[in-house]
Amino acid sequence: MTAALGVTPTIVLVGHGMVGQRFLEALAARGLTATHRVVVLCEEPRPAYDRVALTSYFSGKTPEDLSMTDMEFINDHGIELYVGDPAEAVDRETRQVTARSGKVFTYDTLVLATGSFPFVPPVPNKDAEGCFVYRTIDDLLAIEEYAKTRTTGAVVGGGLLGLEAAGALKGLGLTSHIVEFAPRLMPVQVDEGGGAALLRTIEEMGLTVHTGVGTQEIVIDESGAVTGMKLSDGSELATDLVVFSAGVRPRDQLARDCGLTVGERGGITVDEQCRTVADPHVFAIGECALASDGRVYGLVAPGYEQAETAAATIAADESEQLTFTGADLSTKLKLLGVDVASFGDAHGTAEDCLDVVYSDSRAGLYKKLVIGRDGTLLGGILVGDAEAYGTLKAFTGSVPPVSPESLVLPAGAGAPAQLGPSALPDEAIICSCNNVTKGTIRGAVTDHQCTTVPEVKKCTKAGTTCGSCVKVLGQLINAELEASGVEVDKGLCGCFAQTREELYEIVLALRINTYQDLLDRYGRDGARGGDGCEVCKPAVGSIIASLAPTIGASGYVLDGEQAALQDSNDHFLANIQKNGSYSVVPRIAGGEITPEGLIVIGEIARDFGLYTKITGGQRIDMFGARVEQLPLIWARLVDAGFESGHAYGKALRTVKSCVGQTWCRYGVQDSVRMAIDLELRYRGLRSPHKLKSAVSGCQRECAEAQSKDFGVIATAAGWNLYVGGNGGATPRHADLLAQDLSDAELIRLIDRFLMFYIRTADRLERTSVWLERIPGGLDHVRDVVVEDSLGICEELESLMAAHVANYRDEWAETIKDPEKLARFVSFINAPDTPDPVVGFVPERDQIKPDLPLLTIGQRPLEGSAQR
Amino acid sequence: MTLAPETTDLKVQVRLGEDWLTVCDLPRLLPGRGVAALLPDGSQVALFRDRAGRLYAIDNRDPFGGAAVLSRGLTGSHQGRPFVASPLLKQRFDLESGQCLDDETVRVATYEIRTS
Repeated sequence: MTAALGVTPTIVLVGHGMVGQRFLEALAARGLTATHRVVVLCEEPRPAYDRVALTSYFSGKTPEDLSMTDMEFINDHGIELYVGDPAEAVDRETRQVTARSGKVFTYDTLVLATGSFPFVPPVPNKDAEGCFVYRTIDDLLAIEEYAKTRTTGAVVGGGLLGLEAAGALKGLGLTSHIVEFAPRLMPVQVDEGGGAALLRTIEEMGLTVHTGVGTQEIVIDESGAVTGMKLSDGSELATDLVVFSAGVRPRDQLARDCGLTVGERGGITVDEQCRTVADPHVFAIGECALASDGRVYGLVAPGYEQAETAAATIAADESEQLTFTGADLSTKLKLLGVDVASFGDAHGTAEDCLDVVYSDSRAGLYKKLVIGRDGTLLGGILVGDAEAYGTLKAFTGSVPPVSPESLVLPAGAGAPAQLGPSALPDEAIICSCNNVTKGTIRGAVTDHQCTTVPEVKKCTKAGTTCGSCVKVLGQLINAELEASGVEVDKGLCGCFAQTREELYEIVLALRINTYQDLLDRYGRDGARGGDGCEVCKPAVGSIIASLAPTIGASGYVLDGEQAALQDSNDHFLANIQKNGSYSVVPRIAGGEITPEGLIVIGEIARDFGLYTKITGGQRIDMFGARVEQLPLIWARLVDAGFESGHAYGKALRTVKSCVGQTWCRYGVQDSVRMAIDLELRYRGLRSPHKLKSAVSGCQRECAEAQSKDFGVIATAAGWNLYVGGNGGATPRHADLLAQDLSDAELIRLIDRFLMFYIRTADRLERTSVWLERIPGGLDHVRDVVVEDSLGICEELESLMAAHVANYRDEWAETIKDPEKLARFVSFINAPDTPDPVVGFVPERDQIKPDLPLLTIGQRPLEGSAQR
Repeated sequence: MTLAPETTDLKVQVRLGEDWLTVCDLPRLLPGRGVAALLPDGSQVALFRDRAGRLYAIDNRDPFGGAAVLSRGLTGSHQGRPFVASPLLKQRFDLESGQCLDDETVRVATYEIRTS
């Protein structure tokens, strides 16, 4: 703090976790990185990452996805970050920190953000091979590796992290147990009723829960590896691995060693400025700190507040005197797919308080509100449905404008009160992780011209940590935009003011089966009666095709008016290439093809002189067909039993597969059969964008299912369904939607998922982008398609059933219809003349387009036109 | 461009210098879609018919990609003016003037068209 003249003062930060990173951002925001040398010592081999989302690693997030550190930020601010090099000693006399590498740093200010370590109960053999903790990415990698050859796992601890760990073990394909010493799960957050609701739901998922028992000993075999555990009730539990998740303790050893004051039960004692009581040059923030209210906070939001407080104190900015005197412990989590939230005085410890409880064990619902004598909402617990969390939490401490029971009753059970966020006061905290009020969010819209959730997140940091408030955020932004009279044109194009989703609803509800009818009735004023445009015609054509059997339209995309709506490729049922020739792709479901099939394709390609190439989707593409050759080629393909592969359509493309159980010694299910079943079920399904899929026969994932719109991976117990994956320019790992499904469950869920996507996606929006965009994201989609929260699953299934029942091969239809065939000519006035611009030259024993030919016909404008 | 009453024996004709070249029967033109015709000099013309029955003719060659494909593009109207979007890279061309709506330096040739 006081530095010799001319020498830049130094801040040394020990620990680069979420709180440490937030501290660096707070320093930068106050200009301190410009006036100070900032050194960071980080023990883990990677810089700060999102520990809260650790478990998402098992649903496909990579360590890189979890990173919270923007190296540009570190470099731009001249921060010296040493990863894998923890502080080993502090000398407060000389103000020096020594790192493991031997580097020594002299500090003016030292900030300890060393976090916490997992508590492992002192039971015999607790360090045996097969015992793990659940805290870092490296812990996860170790568990994943060990679990590969094991079948059973047990988690010690039924709290928040314990349930996450148990979910992770289940995701790794292990039979999973949870051992909790308390009489219920999540004893800190929920009461008996909430714990019971949670227990039922979790047991239904196939996890075994043992409550009210302690772990007495880890049982090992002669090699020293875990084989089971002895419990306090005398029973023994066989297990291959044990994950200890019985709480955390502050990491205060470094502080103890240099003589800083620590609390009786651990934690570095700090004052309201987060400065250690023993040394004004040293601060402690996050889970290693014992705050001035005598508590150690194990949540990220209070840690962030401490980081801001410490930074403000170091900046010594008189205008900003932050203090940290305690924090709210409200949490909302999704554990194993179950919403659990508790906020305020959740256990009703205030004098004279009353409970309002709604409980439905059948549905796994439990909601309790704690109300003061005067009607003030004091706190509550929500299990199974925490939709109202954001609103309820913001009302905590005030008397809500509606009766408490209407806030917990499910919709449709006589609960008229839909308390929107617009009813909240400006001081209400919407994002408690980042302490952002409703007023700040409104300001972002009105004063900073933010109009979307991502913009507001960037501007205010709201919703950037746990994400539980993002839904409320969206509602607030829209309400604010509406109130300020901003017209946000979300319309599909210049012809329609509606979004694609709205048009879908109109078409379905009113059974509108022609584009012109839709345009003339629902188009924008200037567009009605017109010709539409290249944006809305194929989009509406796709909606009509998706819903054809239900709305009474032809399922054949070249029928009547529909022909004029189709993109050029759909119009010719082939893919146009750069010289105006086409490529042809017959369906090869699941990538399985007979030698006879291969020979037929080879003969056709040879006879028509086509270039052939194997596609990424396990089929064969034949290039260089002239438009007039398409019907001839297809007549032979159809004759040999092939059908359209819809490579030209915004439709299902392929379902790739590995050979699976039938041949592969690792396979656990018949992936080829499932891929064929899926491809034949969804073939021809028109959608907002193309759909790709794959089925892998085991967890080795050779079919790359996690890069597909919907991907299926076999497990010993059935199938795991992943959704929203993508390859291409913006790759995205698919998210796990559901596990261990039977064949019928899998197909039913994919039916619902696809139809929900088709219903709600924007035009040309792949599932990966859609999943990121729609409010609530994956959780919402899961609620809708797994839990049927909107009550539409029956309709989604019946729409798909209609599609399946009415599927016809477009090419077989086309070659039977002379009128349609007449369109397949290069020239209407010379049907037998090929397009002279389409020519080919040899390359590597095949053909390629003759590009110089394309310059023929290039002529000056003058003289050619007579107008 | 001309208004074409719906009769089956009407022929579509394109003007070439002083002459009119008969290309096809009117019903072969589907509202909202185009067809290509080969001209005696080997060049190609793209013919379109809009929803109101009006006819248009422009050079079939996409000046950006070089392929003769404009007849296979999707048509529409933009601020009351008819256009076709190339099936290659989707540039739009005004069907009456040939002007590219996405690049003001590019224009394709247009032809007079009528029915008789």
